[in-house]
This record gives sequence, structure tokens and C-alpha cells, in this order.
Amino acid sequence: MTALLEIRDLRAEIGGRKILNGLDLTVNKGEIHAIMGPNGAGKSTLSYVLAGKPGYEITGGQVLFNGEDLFEMSPDERAAKGVFLAFQYPLEIPGVATLTFLRAALNAQRKKRGEEELSSPDLLKRVRELAKKLGIDPEMLRRPLNVGFSGGEKKRNETLQMALLEPRLCVLDETDSGLDIDALKVVANGVNQLRSAERGMIVITHYQRLLDYIVPDVVHVLAAGRIVETGGKDLALQLEATGYAQYQNEAA
Amino acid sequence: MAAVQETVEQVRRIDVEQYKYGFVTDIESEKAPKGLSEDIVRFISAKKNEPAWMLDWRLDAYRRWLTMREPEWARVSYPKIDYQDLYYYSAPKKKPELASLDEVDPEILKTYEKLGIPLREQELLAGVVRPEGERRIAVDAVFDSVSVATTFQKELQEAGVIFMPISEALREYPDLVRKYLGSVVPTSDNYFATLNSAVFSDGSFVYVPPGVRCPMELSTYFRINERNTGQFERTLIIADKGSYVSYLEGCTAPQRDENQLHAAVVELVAMDDAEIKYSTVQNWYPGNADGVGGIYNFVTKRGDCRGDNSKISWTQVETGSAITWKYPSCILRGDNSSGEFYSIAISNGHQQVDSGTKMIHLGKNTSSRIISKGIAAGVSQNTYRGQVTAHRKAAGARNFTACDSLLIGDMCGAHTVPYIEARNPTAVFEHEATTSKISEDVLFYCIQRGLSQEEAVGLVVNGFVKDVLQQLPMEFAVEAQKLISISLEGSVG
Repeated sequence: MTALLEIRDLRAEIGGRKILNGLDLTVNKGEIHAIMGPNGAGKSTLSYVLAGKPGYEITGGQVLFNGEDLFEMSPDERAAKGVFLAFQYPLEIPGVATLTFLRAALNAQRKKRGEEELSSPDLLKRVRELAKKLGIDPEMLRRPLNVGFSGGEKKRNETLQMALLEPRLCVLDETDSGLDIDALKVVANGVNQLRSAERGMIVITHYQRLLDYIVPDVVHVLAAGRIVETGGKDLALQLEATGYAQYQNEAA
Repeated sequence: MAAVQETVEQVRRIDVEQYKYGFVTDIESEKAPKGLSEDIVRFISAKKNEPAWMLDWRLDAYRRWLTMREPEWARVSYPKIDYQDLYYYSAPKKKPELASLDEVDPEILKTYEKLGIPLREQELLAGVVRPEGERRIAVDAVFDSVSVATTFQKELQEAGVIFMPISEALREYPDLVRKYLGSVVPTSDNYFATLNSAVFSDGSFVYVPPGVRCPMELSTYFRINERNTGQFERTLIIADKGSYVSYLEGCTAPQRDENQLHAAVVELVAMDDAEIKYSTVQNWYPGNADGVGGIYNFVTKRGDCRGDNSKISWTQVETGSAITWKYPSCILRGDNSSGEFYSIAISNGHQQVDSGTKMIHLGKNTSSRIISKGIAAGVSQNTYRGQVTAHRKAAGARNFTACDSLLIGDMCGAHTVPYIEARNPTAVFEHEATTSKISEDVLFYCIQRGLSQEEAVGLVVNGFVKDVLQQLPMEFAVEAQKLISISLEGSVG
């Protein structure tokens, strides 16, 4: 069976600074992998490199997505093929209603895949259903994207986008940052609804707390741009007690 | 390549193919000899069978023009215009006065068809049903120097609305024209307006009688076709007491390597309780990638809120022209009158825009609102220049101004030049201005969701201009939205 995502010896830098130093990771369909690590370990860089953010230079290694070379695809192609990044800090677009954005995104992807665009009434119906399922006030659809949204609303909106776009691979970058415990539960509940045997997820987090609600199959520790330890969900609990100091020393 | 950098590159490659209105109509035309003199002014006036007073009016303007100097205060630069190297009159060779549309040269009708202008009396709105019934637009089409066709004449007449080429109005309603012509923009107003007064050859005339709500949108479509021909149209709109009219103006021109001059004058008069809504979608040829060619657009537009409780609203979407020099203004003379200016000005490639408005508060409790959105890309320069003044007697005058500029890339410039002057202590003027760059992070966010680079830019820009787009009549808002995306593409294809 082809792995959903296969990262081999990935090396990347930004502005001449080496961030990823030989990272290996394999995610199969249906699996949730948590990536934990200290600040500056390269967690966000990993998510940006997978999504294709400009400014990062790939200096070595390979990433296969469904067996295809990910770096051969432009960032919007990656999105159309099912790579979704839930941003740590979702961006605001003044004047563009959330629904308008959702329609633009979905139809852009469908067009790239050679599928027919979804009509506005069909889209609205679908978005409303999903919003209801995820506990999102439909009023949010009319508001400009992320403008004046609370931290919780922004993250819920990311979940809504994910639900609508139905990606194959979801990368959640510090989804828990800036959320209180109630908001965290709502967002985690949304993410859990999107777990499926066809979908893989990478959950990036600094804290174990999120993993109480989104329970991973595998936990990795990322330090100095490499996976330095891999274990089950107990590893997260253990880290909570010991901290990351041991890995930082190891990396140095 | 960084996302924004890529846009910049693409914008730089902007090519003439993109300007889809750049074709030339092959039609015989009758021209006055090149150059400008009293004889040419007489020629134009004679062509139009104008009354003697009109010729005197023109000659007076011409003589004044000779003593004036071209203004230099705007933030635009261009080689000196040789006014003797232009044609001041060009008309399609068929007789311009036509009994029906069937007599219009089919080549001209084809041109307008290509431009998507519904000259034939047909419903414009396909698929959009409006509850209050059919919505139609009456069109006056101006081809180079003359009006070639005006639609829906009969229905408008029944409502008492006069909508016709100004050359015709001069013959049929001379007193009405004489009473208002030059009463808002006097012949001595400024270099380009004075030139226009001397040589204007056509344009639209609208009179809406007291208490009448004009039953349809009125629209004029301007097209410059001939080489080396200046277009000097004159529009005069009068909304008598308690009336309402909405007027739309659209412009295109063929691609030419030489620059073409367009110096129009628009005068609006709103009497007591009357309202005029004037919308422009300006898409003159902007020139090619190296800044060669394009229209020089030097336009004087002014509305006079002459009566109490009157209202004039300007909405403009400016995407074309090599140079735009344009300040649609309101004189708020009547008590409680109000003026509005909503503007989207987009500059790309080598375009230069110096545009804005003037709100002159004279009456008591007058109010004005200015929402300006400037978008600069390529190596263009985009300036908002606005003046808000309250005169001594303008007690309770209020103005709100918001000027937002958006920069795409790092080779363009956005400038805001507000002049604010209050001579009455009770005046309240607010001014807000922002300048922002289209952020790479925002673009990446959109692209990560599957949008292409251009789609992302288009989405962000349309969000940026939304407040203004909402002011346009619905069907034109859709057109404008597309136009905005097209003018910023510089890339697709």
C-alpha cells in the first residue's frame, strides 16, 4: 500500500538558516500523527514546506504524497490534490464574506480537478449543513473572513473550511494556540468528526493538552529539525512531565 | 519566487492583448482639417447647425483658452501635447441624423455589439429578474465626435424625460440648454474645460422634469475610434425639483501607439429635493507594457446641488487611460443638500492616476461623504487629491472622508493629498486614510485553499473595493468586478 505521505530525509532552510535537518515521517491513511517539540524545533516550518509557502528552500530529501513528488506541484495544485493546512494564525480578508471565500476556494479546487463548479444554492446548503454539524453560527458566513473573529471563531472557521474542502491530508499547526479550554473542546470535536479511514492528519502542538481531545495514533518528538523520538500516545503524557530539555541537549 | 514578486513580474509583462476593446472599426469618416483655430471652431458649430449665440460662446471660450496655460500641479508627467497636431472633429461618414437605429452604419452597430453595449432596444438583463418589473437602460452612443444612436427615446418622452445628443438639444431645446450650459463649469473654469467649451462636438443632454422619477437607467457609451482624434464630449444633466435620475457612462478606445486626448466636461444640476446618481466605468486604452500609447483623460466633472435637500452622488470605477486627471465634485449650495463620491481607481503598468473630488459646502447643514479606494500595481502612480471646504455660511457642514490605498508589488506608488478648509466653526470634517500592501501571507492563505495567484489577488482586491462596488447599479457592479480582475491580471494567458 502506498503511504499517504512519505517524508524522506527532508532538509529545508529559510534565509540561509537551516531549519529541517533530515526529517523522516510516514503517515498512512486513517492515521493521526502528533508532532510535538520545543519552540524553534521546526514544527511550523514543516507545515509550511508541505503546503509550499514561498521563501523556504528545500535543500535535500523528498516528499511523496500519494506516491507523487509533492515538490513538483505548485501550492494551489497541492491544495486541489488534498493537502490542507489549518493555520496557526488564520488570515483576515476585509470585505470578503466567509461564504464568498469558501465558494472561491471550493470552486477553484474543483476546477483544477476538472470537476464542475458548485452552484451558489448548492454550496450554501452544504456549508449550512456543515456549520450546523460543527456548531458554527451561520451568521459567521456573512462576516468578512476572520475579520474581528475571536481566536476560537478563527479556528472553528478553519475546521469548517477543512470539512468543506474534504482534504486527504490535514496539517493542523498549533490549532490549540490562543484557545481557552471550552473553545479547544469545540474545535477538537470538529476535527474528530473529520477523522476518516481515507484521511491522514498531522497535529502539530507544543502542549499535550490538545491531545487529550484529539487522540493521536502516533506521537513524534521534533527537535532541531529532526524526529528524535516516536511512540504511542503515552509519549505525550511523558513529555508533559519531563519537558523537552533532554531533546534539546541531544540535538545540540 | 515569492508570491507578490511573481505578481509583479506578471504585471510587468502586461501586454496589449489584454485590452480586449483595442480593435479599430474600419469606417469612413469625415474630419475637420487638423489643428485648432477660430475657423475650426466655426466649422464645428456650422456642422451642428448651431444658433449664433452658441458660436459666440464657443469663440469666447477659444479666445480665452489661448491665454491660458496647461495646469502642472497634478502628479502626472507626459510629453507636451501638440494641440495643432490633433483632429477636433471626426464623424462617421453617414448622415448623423437618423430616423431610426436601422439607419446606423452596421459597422458601428457591430462595434457596440462587440463592446457588449445593447444599442438595439433589448433588455439588458438576462436572467436577473427584478421584482418591480423589467429593468432597461436607455443608451446614447457617441462615436468619436458625434452621437450615433439613442435608444428608448419614445418611452422617455412619454415620461417627459429629455435624453438626446446635446447637439440635437441645442436645436430642439435651445433655451433649456442655454440656461444651464456652463452654469456649473464656466467656460473660464480650467484649461481643459475651456478647450472643451470651444470644440466639444457632442455628448448627452438630460432633463428630468419636476417630480419625475426617470423610468430607466440612462447611459452614454463613448468610443474614440479615429487616429489622432481628440474626444471632447459635453454632458449636461438637469434634475428638476423632486426628480430622480441615474446615469451611467462607459468608455473604451482602440489600441494606438500615439496618445489620444480626451477632455470631457460633465455638468450636473440638481434642484430642490432632486437626486442625481452618476456612475462611470472608465476603461480607456491604458497604453502598452512600455507605456506607449493610451488615452490622456483630462476631465472636468462637477455637480451643483442648487436646490435645498438635493443630492448628487458620483461613483466611478477607473481602470483605463494612460493618464487620468479627474475630480468629480459637488457644490453643496442648497441647504441640507448632500454630495457623495465613491471611487475605485486602479493603475497598472505605466498608468498615472491623479483623481479625487471636491466637496464645496456653501449651504447650511450640508453633508458629504468620500470613499476612495486606490489600487496601484506595476510601475504606476496613483494619487488621491481631494478638497473639502466649508464656507462662512455653511453652518453644520459635515464631511466624512476615507481614503484607502492598496499597493501590489514594490515599484508603484500611492499618494494621498487632502486639502481641508473650514471657515465655519460648526463644521465637522473627518478624514481617515490608510495605505497597505497586499500581504504575501494573505495570498499564501488563499493559494493554500486552492486559488491561483490571480484569483487570490482578485479576491483580495474585490474585498478591498467592496464598499464602493455596492454603490454601482447591480448589473454594472458585476461588470466592474470583472473589469477589476482583468485590469490586475497582467498575467492570465
